[in-house]
Amino acid sequence: MKIVVAIKQVPERDAPIRIAADGRWIEEGDLNYTINEPDAYALEEALQLKEKQGAGEVIVVSAGPERVQSTLREALAKGADRAIHIECDDLGSRDTLGVAQTLAEAIKAESPDLILTGLQSDDLGLGQTGVVLAELLGIPHATIIMHIEPADGSLKVKRELEDGWFQHVEMPVPALLTIQSGGNKLRYATLMGIKKAKTKELKTVPAAVAAASPAVALERVYLPEKQKKTEMLTGSPQEIAAKIVEKLKFEVRAI
Amino acid sequence: MSGVLVVVEQRGGAWNRMSFETLAAGQQLAAKLGTGCSAAVLAASAASLLPELSSKKLQKVFAVEHDLLAQYTADVYVASLEQLIRREQAAFVLFPHTYQVRDYAPALATRFKQVLISDVIAFRASGDSGSPVFVRQLMQGKLNADYHQTGAGPCFVSIQAGTFHADTLEPGNAPTETFTPQLAADQIRTKPGEPFRESSQTVDLSAAPVIVSVGRGIGEQDNLPVVEELAQALGAELAASRPICDNGWLPMERQVGSSGQTVSPKLYVAVGISGAIQHLIGMKGSKSVLAINKDENAPIFEIADYGVVGDLFEIVPELTKAVRAAKGSA
Ligand SMILES: Cc1cc2nc3c(=O)[nH]c(=O)nc-3n(C[C@H](O)[C@H](O)[C@H](O)COP(=O)(O)OP(=O)(O)OC[C@H]3O[C@@H](n4cnc5c(N)ncnc54)[C@H](O)[C@@H]3O)c2cc1C
Ligand SMILES: Nc1ncnc2c1ncn2[C@@H]1O[C@H](COP(=O)(O)O)[C@@H](O)[C@H]1O
Repeated sequence: MKIVVAIKQVPERDAPIRIAADGRWIEEGDLNYTINEPDAYALEEALQLKEKQGAGEVIVVSAGPERVQSTLREALAKGADRAIHIECDDLGSRDTLGVAQTLAEAIKAESPDLILTGLQSDDLGLGQTGVVLAELLGIPHATIIMHIEPADGSLKVKRELEDGWFQHVEMPVPALLTIQSGGNKLRYATLMGIKKAKTKELKTVPAAVAAASPAVALERVYLPEKQKKTEMLTGSPQEIAAKIVEKLKFEVRAI
Repeated sequence: MSGVLVVVEQRGGAWNRMSFETLAAGQQLAAKLGTGCSAAVLAASAASLLPELSSKKLQKVFAVEHDLLAQYTADVYVASLEQLIRREQAAFVLFPHTYQVRDYAPALATRFKQVLISDVIAFRASGDSGSPVFVRQLMQGKLNADYHQTGAGPCFVSIQAGTFHADTLEPGNAPTETFTPQLAADQIRTKPGEPFRESSQTVDLSAAPVIVSVGRGIGEQDNLPVVEELAQALGAELAASRPICDNGWLPMERQVGSSGQTVSPKLYVAVGISGAIQHLIGMKGSKSVLAINKDENAPIFEIADYGVVGDLFEIVPELTKAVRAAKGSA
């Protein structure tokens, strides 16, 4: 099976949040970047599918500025066969449709059997690029997927529902799935893998010119205003512990 | 184009209660825009659901009915709603931000060359652009952003759980209309199975009066005894955020949140948990919340009654000791 995994590079989770001068994003100079967490699970699922079948190819694709190449290299080191970097310096000014269009252009040329994305990005949290991509490519999709069982020309997937419920869904290939975290244990890149990655193909292609002006626009970003009055307990760890015990005893009555 | 259309959600004849929060949002948006709010429910037969809907102040309730809507598939939902929205020329289409909506609403918006503004927590009637401004969260709730629609066409918006309140819904007496979409069985590309649960749950967190819940701040599995000891001292059940269960450090049945258990203990102690919305959904009914987190901007403090900004590895062991001492002397 030929599998494409769409990977987004995002700021690390404990990134410092300072609003940029133009008020539309945060200071990028402060940031370190990593792979979007659900995308790491999507990659893992793809690698395990290939290993189980003993054949196939895993291609990782990312749209973004030059820095995303480091995340693509890491995916190669974990076992992806090749990588496509869609060079795109104006990612922030594209809406979901614009991003999905550039991904669709690059992926179409590969005619994969299966496309995996993460279910949601940690930075923008849109939760929709995968579904829009499937719609643009005219292929069936399913979202919030924990596990994939391939059969002849079709797939059976385990989809997460709310409150601890699940459901199986069957569909023909080619198809697109958005992957939820936790379906597999993530692997680390081995030294051998890192060495091999250097010889693997990482192709850079230009982003397709946006087909239309964006349908939605981000006006400004700002820190949320605190609504709730939280009683902050301060002091040395011992003092804090004593204060908490007081609260638990006399206010919460949990001790 | 005019009017607000709210697409409510049911499964097998039972409501997803977020539908009513979204209806409240729809009424408020319509009032701000000086227009009307309607609702649409999709089902093979919606008859049993209509009385509750039409008891709200709505311009119209659409029963979108077809045998092929008996079970949810993205393909028939997108096709049905595309037809209804084109006919009704709705200016705004609102959805509850449920797992089902995540599955089809982005594709529906794409049919109209629009982009869903997802997981919205608030709106203002008019910004600089003249069109309503929708607020959504970025960076896992640490940043807010104002969005507006720039395209021409229906504006698709999904509403975050718990941000609007069903008890603010205005009552009324709405007329209903049946809408029969043109659907064919061969449009459906996916075959959904019946919902199921994993092996029966042995841990029922919903009954626990005190819960100590651990998040990724714990760093590694070997550190878990730090919180286990606190739980023991407090006589509490141990729970966790999703990444802890994803990593297999604790079993899935101890996960709290939208895809785990929903709890409402007397005391919920959140240790090294950032407070992502999917976690908050599962525990915001707690009577009191104590949050211990080294990041003063962590969204968990937004719902905590008591907060400690600091390193859990310094605070929690001291707290365990103090709790033991207090209990010993009691
Ligand atoms: C569809 C969907 C469903 C989901 N369902 C769930 C669900 O049911 N339950 C759930 O929990 N999540 C769920 N999630 C995931 C959710 O979005 C978050 O990713 C997750 O809750 C984050 O877990 P966390 O707070 O433990 O980790 P993080 O967000 O990484 O937060 C770790 C926190 O620990 C703090 N910290 C680090 N070190 C220390 C220290 N030494 N001392 C004190 N504090 C420290 C940090 O400041 C940070 O705030 C779901 C996501 C999606 C998209
Ligand atoms: N710039 C990008 N490059 C590659 N994949 C992306 C990009 N943006 C989003 N994706 C994919 O789409 C998923 C959902 O992202 P989002 O819709 O932003 O929440 C991510 O998990 C990625 O798999």
